[in-house]
Amino acid sequence: MSADGQESAHFFDADAGPVVRPYAMTRGRTTSPAQHRLDLIAVVVAESRAHDPGADQTLSPEHVDIVALCRDTPQSVAELAAELDLPIGVVRVLIGDLVTAELVHVTRPVPPAELPDESILRDVIDGLRAL
Amino acid sequence: MIFGRPERGTTPVEPVTLKILVAGGFGVGKTTLVGAVSEIKPLRTEELLSEAGRPVDDTRGVETKNTTTVAMDFGRITLREDLVLYLFGTPGQDRFWFLWDELATGALGAVVLADTRRLEDCFAAVDYFERRAIPFVVGVNCFDGADRYPAETVRQALDLDASVPVVLCDARERETVKHVLIDVVEHAMAVAAAGRVPAST
Ligand SMILES: Nc1nc2c(ncn2[C@@H]2O[C@H](COP(=O)(O)OP(=O)(O)OP(=O)(O)O)[C@@H](O)[C@H]2O)c(=O)[nH]1
Ligand SMILES: [Mg+2]
Repeated sequence: MSADGQESAHFFDADAGPVVRPYAMTRGRTTSPAQHRLDLIAVVVAESRAHDPGADQTLSPEHVDIVALCRDTPQSVAELAAELDLPIGVVRVLIGDLVTAELVHVTRPVPPAELPDESILRDVIDGLRAL
Repeated sequence: MIFGRPERGTTPVEPVTLKILVAGGFGVGKTTLVGAVSEIKPLRTEELLSEAGRPVDDTRGVETKNTTTVAMDFGRITLREDLVLYLFGTPGQDRFWFLWDELATGALGAVVLADTRRLEDCFAAVDYFERRAIPFVVGVNCFDGADRYPAETVRQALDLDASVPVVLCDARERETVKHVLIDVVEHAMAVAAAGRVPAST
């Protein structure tokens, strides 16, 4: 989006192109104050007021896509990244924006370095057996 | 993409999510294993990593590149409406997957898939989980035509702690993969019960 004609060579470098360019969507931000380093399996849930995110002019199409995907079924960060075909880091920043805008909230997975309750692990084993 | 209309007044269930990693050498069957039990076709997710943490065993030709892409494929098993297990398979051709430390953070445990014809390919994964004290089991993927080594031989060759389960499996067979995953969870419980005593060396 720079005004001069030199950016194409720079941005579309064979190495950097497809991977770096998505960060333009986040205006170069790689972190977001609200993101608390979202885990890949943290679940993003749309707030009920988020039924028409398209009306919010400050949101990018990618923001709107995320809200739309989460509205029916809460989605993990990894699923959103795969669905939108964006790097995890980009999706994290976008989710952080949406959390700040109170359009979504994020459930925290089990804290790192802590195993879930034994009862949850039992449930996992039973669930796997029943598959 | 198709989105149904949200049903007003229903609160979506916010599931508890857990993850198990699947690691091992190139072409050992990680994606096959994930696909054998996943309810979705394995999806792919990527992250950019800076070169800062990259091992410096190969500096030639990388000077101009500041980032590297690490990709994982993953699958999902909905055990209950409110309990979802994700499986993340590391790509074997990617030498740098282990830089993606946060992937392992919070993981319930891991499966290290091994092929007896080239056991050394899984050394890096075994080291990684041992160092981070992440409970793991070794799944010996029984390819047709490969010798069937007893689990004990594999354990010795990998110099595994006696408590680490070694199980024979076929990554294509849903039933055996289920059992490998159950072994991971049971092993994680046993490790937790043992008070997280670090593996003896
Ligand atoms: N005979 C046999 N073939 C297998 C088994 N597991 C995997 N394969 C085959 O081995 C090949 C590689 O399997 P993948 O699942 O792609 O291996 P991977 O570990 O994900 O490979 P990378 O991601 O490239 O490292 C595929 O053609 C599989 O069909 C097995 O248990 N027995
Ligand atoms: Mg694979």
